[in-house]
Amino acid sequence: MARVGVFTCWCGENIARTVDVERVTEDVSRLPGVRCSVHYKYMCSDPGQALVRERIAADRLDRVVVASCSPHMHLKTFRRAVASAGLNPFLLEMANVREHCSWVHHNKEQATRKAVDLIRMSVERVKHNRPLDPIRVPVTRRALVIGGGVAGIQAALDIADAGYEVALVEREPSIGGKMAGLSETFPTLDCSQCILTPRMVEAGQHPRIKLYTYSEVEEVTGYVGNFEVTIRQKARYVDVEKCSGCGDCWNVCPLKKNPSEFDFGMGFRRSIYIPFPQAVPARPVIDKKTCAKLIRNGCGLCEKKCTRGAINFKDEDRLVKEEVGVVVVATGYRLYSIGKQQENGKLSGYGEYGYGQYKDVIDSLQFERLVSASGPTSGALKRPSDGKEPKTVVFISCVGSRDNAKGIPYCSKICCMYTAKHAMLYRHKVHDGEAHVFYMDIRAGGKGYEEFVRRAIEQDGAHYHRGRVSKITEENGKLVVRGADTLAGVPLTIEADLVVLAAAMRPAAGVETLAQKLNVGYDEFGWLLESHPKLRPVETNAAGVFICGACHAPKDIPESVAQASAAAGKVAVLFANEELSRDPEVARINEQTCAACYACRRACPYHAIEAAEVRSPKGAFVKNTARVNPGLCMGCGTCVAVCPSKSADLDGFSEQQVYAMVEALA
Amino acid sequence: MTEIGYYPGCALHGSSNDYETSARACLAALGVQLREVTDWVCCGATAAHALNHKLSVALPARNLALAEHDGFREILAPCPMCSMELLKARQEILADEALRAEMSSLVELELRGGVNVLNLVQALQSAGIDRIKAAVKKPLDGIRAACYYGCLLTRPPGVVRFDDPEQPRSMEAIVGALGAKTVDWNYRTECCGAGLTMANEETVLELSHRILTNAAAHGANCVVTVCPMCHVNLDMKQADIERRFNAKHKMAIYYLSDLVGLALGLSEKELGIDRHFVART
Amino acid sequence: MIDAATSGEATAVPADLPAFLDLENCYQCGKCTAGCPVAERMDVVPNQLVRLAQLGLVERARRAESIWQCVSCQTCSTRCPKSVDCAAVIDALRQLSFEKGDAAGSQRRTVLFQEAFLRNIRRNGRLNELELVGVFKTKAFLDDLSIPFLFKDAMLAPRMRAKGKLHFKPDRVKDGGVLERMFDRCLRQA
Repeated sequence: MARVGVFTCWCGENIARTVDVERVTEDVSRLPGVRCSVHYKYMCSDPGQALVRERIAADRLDRVVVASCSPHMHLKTFRRAVASAGLNPFLLEMANVREHCSWVHHNKEQATRKAVDLIRMSVERVKHNRPLDPIRVPVTRRALVIGGGVAGIQAALDIADAGYEVALVEREPSIGGKMAGLSETFPTLDCSQCILTPRMVEAGQHPRIKLYTYSEVEEVTGYVGNFEVTIRQKARYVDVEKCSGCGDCWNVCPLKKNPSEFDFGMGFRRSIYIPFPQAVPARPVIDKKTCAKLIRNGCGLCEKKCTRGAINFKDEDRLVKEEVGVVVVATGYRLYSIGKQQENGKLSGYGEYGYGQYKDVIDSLQFERLVSASGPTSGALKRPSDGKEPKTVVFISCVGSRDNAKGIPYCSKICCMYTAKHAMLYRHKVHDGEAHVFYMDIRAGGKGYEEFVRRAIEQDGAHYHRGRVSKITEENGKLVVRGADTLAGVPLTIEADLVVLAAAMRPAAGVETLAQKLNVGYDEFGWLLESHPKLRPVETNAAGVFICGACHAPKDIPESVAQASAAAGKVAVLFANEELSRDPEVARINEQTCAACYACRRACPYHAIEAAEVRSPKGAFVKNTARVNPGLCMGCGTCVAVCPSKSADLDGFSEQQVYAMVEALA
Repeated sequence: MTEIGYYPGCALHGSSNDYETSARACLAALGVQLREVTDWVCCGATAAHALNHKLSVALPARNLALAEHDGFREILAPCPMCSMELLKARQEILADEALRAEMSSLVELELRGGVNVLNLVQALQSAGIDRIKAAVKKPLDGIRAACYYGCLLTRPPGVVRFDDPEQPRSMEAIVGALGAKTVDWNYRTECCGAGLTMANEETVLELSHRILTNAAAHGANCVVTVCPMCHVNLDMKQADIERRFNAKHKMAIYYLSDLVGLALGLSEKELGIDRHFVART
Repeated sequence: MIDAATSGEATAVPADLPAFLDLENCYQCGKCTAGCPVAERMDVVPNQLVRLAQLGLVERARRAESIWQCVSCQTCSTRCPKSVDCAAVIDALRQLSFEKGDAAGSQRRTVLFQEAFLRNIRRNGRLNELELVGVFKTKAFLDDLSIPFLFKDAMLAPRMRAKGKLHFKPDRVKDGGVLERMFDRCLRQA
């Protein structure tokens, strides 16, 4: 017969105001198996916890129910208390008589009766609790960072500096991400390359960082502490070991007119190329879609020119395996496609703005390249159509963002700031030029941000108009922008030479597929989901997988870097021990009754169930069975619900426990 | 010969009778016969929706019911305003059973909302652009047309569900099939001032002037429309526009059916083009 | 709802405007005004009309000249990022203004024209243009005694006649009774 102790808390007045705690204690003391029923003003306080410990010893209790607040609040507290009295902490249950009772009821009589019911259920439940021990998992103390933009670089460097090895995977030929292409950065206007490229070099030369550029994550198996990752190294056609990055090959390549991805089509590159001069690694790739040798066995000039024999036209994709303990996702963002073409039916484009139709209507990243000192015009602002310096530029905010009709209701957060920066940079470059900004609200929360926007307006003379633009047309070489100034209550038509659209931010292409490989959740727009928006902002619901930067939500550089360091900190915490301790409330399969139908395996959202064989002590095959990997199981219980032979059960939430609770109410 | 229902609307039976002549002749040449909806009434136009919401549903509803009564599944309403008003009423009725019942009683005819409404471009599309192309006898090689969609052919998009409201291409596809050139211009979906011709002429003159100016600036030698009101404002009022803005437009304004008819070998008289105010120079 | 004391004018009950207009969705971006072909002439531009309606200042909105200058081109509603049917808001304001008889003085001609149009349909079932012009011009003349406006367009008539575009015989519907009952019931409910 179980010996249960029940400890009812007043929570000051929080519970006692609506629940007659003394009567509850009295009624509960008569329940079968209850050896001790006491109450106290603050059970979570030191004297309260001491009371629990004393009564466990005095009454030789082997089960404990604390009737107080929610387990979310104090389960850990009371588990520690009973453990210090020598009891297995999983022999404790909490009855929530605060959130589920006193806080939500007014009638004291009814609330008191409900409190007794809740406690009776917990008492019946706890009688079926089994002692459980934390699951211990060994940890491979190496990290995989996916995405080599500023967030990924920061996370990789921090983890490596903490003493652990890092594999950094980047799908472009160089690390650096979007930031490498930016001109100057708000709110300080420091040159983006000047602050990023040293970090890129550091990452490239770090003894504990292994770079996988031009590579993508193909497959991820395993679980926290023990992931096995397959990385696809795309055929580069250049032997990185032999190549010295001298540049003879790309200087000789005759195909000069390929639109440069790094310049967002504002400049050109060859068919063998490095995306930008400061690329890390400074090793070229051959674009197999345009290379004459690879398409039709022509040309081959680069191969002839290379003195080191580094060109290899027979190169093929390679699959490499990496064993790591954690994964940090830093895949970043891309811009919403403004024109009419959209890759999914959830979004629609701006036919009214003529993007893709008029050459001088460009997006904000294209503008970054046009004003960047390392850009295709070496920083001289020339408009795409005729190379002339634009004398009137219109900047439009919220293109896609906050536009439900186009399918994106959220704010992209950084556009207000970079648009102010754009207007500023433009005025710095073209002193007699006019900068007009159409905005709906100016969102400049951040250190020095509001001051920065005011500077654009007050010192640099940008004209701000509160209103959206309805239509852009091209007439006589001018872009006719029809907007409104809602503060003046007038329509406003501006004849511009260049229009810059602050397009909404979207998660990087393919992030959903990656998230599925990692079992990380994402929202309807593809932004990755954090475990808790306030308390676990860089963790995900997949143990051992962390997120940082703009793969999570629109974010600027300071925030992305802060998050990256936070993720690295979390990784360091996890790596501080050689073994991981996990909550033992996981599923278990009764292998004797399991029919090996694998319905559970198909239903498991965490891929925690595998097919296994039951073997006799001598090793003879007995039967097939499903088996839970406790390292992966998150204890959701889906397998329990789908198992037709009732062979799956959840430790700490067994069917027996739940039925006992239900029966206690009947 | 196939036969489809035909809702002319007031304009085509009034001062835009040239449009009716043109639409009938052109479609007949493509083997499509138009049969008028029995005892149709005005769709209510701007007046109804500006003054009385219920009436703006009831008048089109009456016509939909009459068309149903005639056994039509599809009717052509060449005037985009009529077409839009009919489609809007149909949409509201199909979405709201109580309204459907109320309207049935109000228009004194059982109303199911089953009749689809086509605009003239759709009627030509369903006759088949390939068929039109094959039937061309006199390719329109001298024509550089500015296809003018106006407001209500593509708007509101949720009601008319036709082409792209910002960058429509359907008229260009047909005109192109006739061997004519089309120009890229900016006022394809801008408003000409519509029904304000009588009451607020100044607005109409200004908006129409902008349209004609932009078409000419992009190299057009004619404007093509499917809207009788646009035609009135751009053609009949063109002399007034020229006087008001001291400009010379001399821009021929064609109905889409005019161009198709001409290419199919019909005469200007057969198509009612001789009734236009501005002749092509 | 704005308190009458703070705004200094009587406020209309929100029930004046139908709920399906979803006025609260509007975040005042001004794209309606930006694309409006006649906004330059308006005293109260489209986004301000919606704002007045949001505030419950419906009376001020319906007295605006602009509601009668609207050409119903649907550009505002088509491009609205929040799918507010701005053109329908203006229609609702016009209907109220017509019902209360308090349209802006400068817009009398437009109101008279729309009214004459409806009467014309009520009588004939289909528009009789000659009758419409006659009635409208007479009413407008009686309203503002403008002789130039009375005879403006008079020169168009013979040219239209020559082009066979003027009909003296009205194109009437056969079942006029049902139409009369429809008008009666719709206008009485308003």
